[in-house]
Amino acid sequence: MSEQEPQREGWLAEDLVARNLLSRFDLEDIVIVPILAVVTALILGGLVMLATGVTPHAIGQAYLALVTGSVGSLGAISETLTAAAPVTLAALGVALGFRTGLFNIGAEGQILLGGMAAVVVGFSLPGLPWFIHLPLALIAGALVGAAWAAVAGWLKAATGAHEVITTIMLNLIASELTGFLLRNPPIQKPGRPDPISKSVLESAVLPKLLAWYDPNLRLNLGIVLAVAAVGFVAWLLFRTTLGFEFRATGLNPSASRYAGMRSGLIVVVVMAIAGALAGLAGAIQVLGVLGRASPGFSGGVGFDAIAVALLGRSHPVGVLVAGILFGALDAGGRQMQVMAGVRIDLIAIVQALIIVFVAAPLLMRAVFPWAFSRRKAVGRAG
Amino acid sequence: MDIELNGITKRFGALVANSNINLRIRAGEVLGLLGENGAGKSTLMNVLSGLYRPDEGEILIDGKAVAFSDAKDAIHAGIGMVHQHFMLVPVFTVAENVILGVEPTGRFDRLDLKTARAQVSEISARHGLSVDPDAIIEEMPVGLQQRVEIIKVLFRSANVIIFDEPTAVLTPQEVTEFFGIVRSLRAAGKALVFITHKLHEVLEVADRISVLRGGKVVGEADPKTATDAELAEMMVGRSVRFAVERRASGAGATLLEARGLRVLNERDELAVDGVDLDIHAGEVVGIAGVQGNGQTELVEALTGLRSAVAGTITFLGHDITGTSVRERHRMGMAHVPEDRQRSGMIADFSVAEDSVLDSYYDARFSSGLSLHWRQVDTEAARIVREFDVRTGSIRTLAGHLSGGNQQKLVVGRELSRVVKLIIASQPTRGVDVGSIEYIHGRLMQARDNGVGVLIVSTELDEIMAMSDRILVMFRGRVVAEFPGGGDTVGEIGLAMAGGVSAGAPA
Repeated sequence: MSEQEPQREGWLAEDLVARNLLSRFDLEDIVIVPILAVVTALILGGLVMLATGVTPHAIGQAYLALVTGSVGSLGAISETLTAAAPVTLAALGVALGFRTGLFNIGAEGQILLGGMAAVVVGFSLPGLPWFIHLPLALIAGALVGAAWAAVAGWLKAATGAHEVITTIMLNLIASELTGFLLRNPPIQKPGRPDPISKSVLESAVLPKLLAWYDPNLRLNLGIVLAVAAVGFVAWLLFRTTLGFEFRATGLNPSASRYAGMRSGLIVVVVMAIAGALAGLAGAIQVLGVLGRASPGFSGGVGFDAIAVALLGRSHPVGVLVAGILFGALDAGGRQMQVMAGVRIDLIAIVQALIIVFVAAPLLMRAVFPWAFSRRKAVGRAG
Repeated sequence: MDIELNGITKRFGALVANSNINLRIRAGEVLGLLGENGAGKSTLMNVLSGLYRPDEGEILIDGKAVAFSDAKDAIHAGIGMVHQHFMLVPVFTVAENVILGVEPTGRFDRLDLKTARAQVSEISARHGLSVDPDAIIEEMPVGLQQRVEIIKVLFRSANVIIFDEPTAVLTPQEVTEFFGIVRSLRAAGKALVFITHKLHEVLEVADRISVLRGGKVVGEADPKTATDAELAEMMVGRSVRFAVERRASGAGATLLEARGLRVLNERDELAVDGVDLDIHAGEVVGIAGVQGNGQTELVEALTGLRSAVAGTITFLGHDITGTSVRERHRMGMAHVPEDRQRSGMIADFSVAEDSVLDSYYDARFSSGLSLHWRQVDTEAARIVREFDVRTGSIRTLAGHLSGGNQQKLVVGRELSRVVKLIIASQPTRGVDVGSIEYIHGRLMQARDNGVGVLIVSTELDEIMAMSDRILVMFRGRVVAEFPGGGDTVGEIGLAMAGGVSAGAPA
């Protein structure tokens, strides 16, 4: 045909394969929408505080505390990153599921059981050097999280059971199982009536990164693991055949089947990887921050992870940014409570508002039309 | 009611979809609007039906300028559109679908279905549509569903009816019946616009023809004097070869052999009922048949997407009855699925990603887990250039290409693997004339190189043009076999409809 289309002769392969930049529209969605969402949420949060009888002065103090408590000092930044690490790890797993078309609600349960496995390995192998003991504990957490999540994947692949149902149920089972294990030997700490585990041995504790500066700074190796996991997931999704299969299955299961991909296997594998990431999140929480396990030690991180994955648009880098934002809100929120006496519930309200607004980019465009370029009519000639 | 479009221009960003278009639509007349995919036909009709506002130009109804702000305005003005993809609720009855949105109500807003049914019956009778108002949509054949769409626009008192590619989903018999309906509507004084890229159809049914290319009206023609070739040249902008160039078939060794194949459909009904099939190297076997006579299930069984409940499939001498899709791909089987949007490609993948959708695991593009994007890009650029896929970049999302270019991408990808047998379902459905010519040429070229080709199509023209052997499927069985190249259209049509056939039953 090309001989009949002379203008096509000039087409160079370089033109065809040139990288195209993000369109203005994409950039606006990724950058401006979240910023405006945070601002709007803070304003609405202020109104909520006003409505609950907090004085404007106290509201100002509260927001000041939010900033100082999250980024105002080295200690604050340490707290922000410490809180960001587990939620980022778990959210990476959830994002992988989204990319594959799976709505994995099970991060919470995977965190609990992964954390339990890490604690058990962490207190039960005395005498090992740290460079063996610590990796063993982390791997145990990842493996148990992976196995737990793979159950839901297998149920979906083999029977078609919907992963939302199975992961929610597996969360309940994991939660009750954790409580049971913590109340009974050999995990329960001897001499304690309440459900709490033995403490992790020194050789399995995640090293603190800033202990040389101030031993009270809690920032630990977990954040390094989280950032490494971001790189790993980005590589997995965009540079590997497995990631190609994940994304293909997520976007069009029918075409993937026609292309010869085995959707059942893919579901199990992606759930296992998601579970490993969540299990690792549980492990760094117990090995780095808590030093032991108690009921509900996950603190809802597994559910925050769903929000973080959505906020980060299921892109590994987006998840990292959203995870740090959540860490900041968490750390700053605690400071708000201490300094300004604002209830922690209000932080939860602000967090929820941010997610609502980020999830509704068109709403942000409608509220702040001046912040965006005029939207082009979307349509195609036919 | 006469409609006049004066200097209509519609832009999408830098793209000019319609440029200074003038068109007249007269009562009691059928206007054939001809153009390739992407010529701007749908945009123009969406302007006329109120979905888009023109950037320039005006619409005159009976000499008075009108401005539509949405589709409702256009409906009030008496303009109705029958879309290519029907907009019907499958579980509702005909009458319920027709009144959806404009429900007649009695006292206290009670739904007055009785009146609705009577009105539907009346419209159906007046135009000879013979549609039962109480039939459930999903139980009706496609041809009847289209009539329900027609009743819908008539129910809304349309005087101008726009048909967007109305024959794309119809069987040959249904097309004939559809033309009868069009003539009866014309006799009733309606103004009709018939959008299509099928030349013989406009020649048969239109009173006037306007040809669109690149967003402009490039010509008008009188169907009494115009020929296929003239119209095609206007449409494509160069001369088009209709007959597929073919050398004598050098049918070689048997590639694929199916024996006593029985396959169930989704509803666990027997869709393929004991089919025997041989495909040889270097021959094109065409399977003709009205949609829904087991062709889909047969192809899915041959490609490994659906398991057979009985029978065997042998490929290159190996029994592949139980092997996976991937394994069959590896052995040299290629598949152009009938629904490219749903199964052939991923709309949200880039052209580059889609061009290795079923070969990404190959050693050329990956080693171990690692995908080599550089090689993928090179291959995608090669497919784009070699198969004339019109896209500015291989990073463009495949979903943004026109239908013909998507299909060229899929065909190009399948023919770029090491292929011994290619199974192509509806390879040119919804594809413009230029692309059809090209796709047919490439498939024929593959045949000449010793590849076996199985074409399944509801387009009898396509089957006739391409096949060395023609099998007709009816109710899950191969009911007749004809040699290619003969003057057997009538007999094949009869066999497709389940009639007695002169061909040797297989």
